[in-house]
Amino acid sequence: MRNCEYQQIDPRTLTVTPSTAQNQTEKKSQPVRRKWEVFPGKNRFFCDGRIMLARQSGVLPLTLGLIVVTCGLFFAFDCPFLVHHLTVFIPVIAAVLFVFVTISLLWTSFTDPGILPRATPDEAADIEKQIDTSGSSTYRPPPRTKEILINQQVVKLKYCFTCKMFRPPRTSHCSLCDNCVERFDHHCPWVGNCVGKRNYRFFYSFIISLSFLTSFIFGCVITHITLRSQAGKSLVQSIQESPASVVELVICFFSIWSILGLSGFHTYLVASNLTTNEDIKGSWSGKRGAEDSGNPYSYNNIITNCCATLCGPMPPSLIDRRGFVPPDEAVPAASASEIELPLFTAKNDAHRCTQSTKDVLERMVHSSDIPGLCPHGAPKTTPLGLEVPSLPAPSMEPSPSALCSQQHAHQPAPLPCTQFSRSREKDSVQSINPAFRLALPSPSLSRTSLILGDTPDIGFVLRP
Amino acid sequence: MICHFHNLQELRHSASLANKVFIQRDYSEGTTCKFQTKFPIELESRIERTLFEDTVKTLNNFYAEAEKIGGQSYLEGCLACTTAYLIFLCIETRYEKVLKKIANYIQEQNEKIYAPRGLVITDPIERGMRVIEISIYEDRGSCGSSSGSSSVSGSTAR
Repeated sequence: MRNCEYQQIDPRTLTVTPSTAQNQTEKKSQPVRRKWEVFPGKNRFFCDGRIMLARQSGVLPLTLGLIVVTCGLFFAFDCPFLVHHLTVFIPVIAAVLFVFVTISLLWTSFTDPGILPRATPDEAADIEKQIDTSGSSTYRPPPRTKEILINQQVVKLKYCFTCKMFRPPRTSHCSLCDNCVERFDHHCPWVGNCVGKRNYRFFYSFIISLSFLTSFIFGCVITHITLRSQAGKSLVQSIQESPASVVELVICFFSIWSILGLSGFHTYLVASNLTTNEDIKGSWSGKRGAEDSGNPYSYNNIITNCCATLCGPMPPSLIDRRGFVPPDEAVPAASASEIELPLFTAKNDAHRCTQSTKDVLERMVHSSDIPGLCPHGAPKTTPLGLEVPSLPAPSMEPSPSALCSQQHAHQPAPLPCTQFSRSREKDSVQSINPAFRLALPSPSLSRTSLILGDTPDIGFVLRP
Repeated sequence: MICHFHNLQELRHSASLANKVFIQRDYSEGTTCKFQTKFPIELESRIERTLFEDTVKTLNNFYAEAEKIGGQSYLEGCLACTTAYLIFLCIETRYEKVLKKIANYIQEQNEKIYAPRGLVITDPIERGMRVIEISIYEDRGSCGSSSGSSSVSGSTAR
């Protein structure tokens, strides 16, 4: 009966099977889903969550194609000549490099770069409570940065409106993937994924090995054509005998400039323990000569920096793609009345109420599109939903759009006031009114909420 | 005051969630995983300060051990590089091993110390390593008339 309270407990502390009959009936009606299926970011998952890519895979097929085609041509047209005239190790080295490049590329593309899962409703409410300390009732934009000291240096942490949390240091929100990524370097279209804490070493291996591969192929092809033209033939004749070599030469020539440059740049970044993001923004080099402007994350030793970045321990993926969504996600309306009133402060009540009630009610309306990552707030505040009146539609309409346009300017699809919903703006407005009609026996559509009026800190839900 | 629960099972069946406390990360030493040891006021009536601090410090030590950059991590990193990182598909990394230890430790702490006091710690890995979430439960029987505050006295022993 009391499903709501059991949600809060770490599932691993529970016995294996859910104990209540209601749970079981829910389970029968709702197919068990894995967390990747309800992941709120813009990512694509394959192999039942084992492999992930950014939604826009960018030019990854082109990258793979170029590598495979160039190496294929090399093995087919240049290697026979070179093996005959030079040594058998040439294709061997090329094969090893090719395999290493391909595997590094696949690791970079398919690995979780260090995505931070979005904050749960309770966490977001807690942060909100801590931000607003003045208690002013007039609207003001709440401060969304926090200053902390890292190794005696002041660092500003920004609040992420999408993920509803203060971003840890070195974390940045990728607008293409719609995720906060730890130690965010950049979003690489060639690789079709963000490059962050977890896959930076793969990315670095990829570009270094690719530099070697392109240089090696370039050198071998030049050698091939030179050897051919030395055997009494003209250069043009040699090229005509081996036209594929020209193709390889062109590809390698243009690749070498960019790849070698990129490798050099990233070697510098690794040695100084910087990310591309920080380097471009000039986070630590703005005030040269000032005492407190150094990089607080650097070990001030090139070798230590390199080892820490490339050979450090491999952090785990935080998004648990293959875990199962807890079965209490879709709480039916029938259980709403049975849920005990929680003991929250009025401020949190109102916030959690609107936030979580909307979650629950949206789920009832959009039962097939339920985001499943916020179990905590919903059912236990649903009874409050019986008391919270639905807001008049006109006052709600501009708010989500204002919120969305301000906060998610880079994002084409505006987010409605629920955390993880992927529904469009019109859904958010529509979902409130019919959802409230579903929940309330006799909705009072005209009464505005005093609770909401008195707590402007709810603003991050309703207003920027 | 303190609701006495003998174990997690009893906690579940007889208590309702009252509040949650979030222990935030401490970034004073960089991006390594470390949580603040500041004692939250909501727990003042529930658990002794020393027990709480011990738990958080032990967790911090576990995470420091997992993220330590030293001989073993270099070896792991170099070995991984030479095998084109395919070794990550086969073996469990040191970090994963320590995470398992942390999970067991939290389970043990919950059973022995926190559940009897009506508290449950959620493993930080379930919250993206952002916070340690401590759920505060109130004894259901005595909390029927409570409203709004987490410091309701629920002293009826079961």
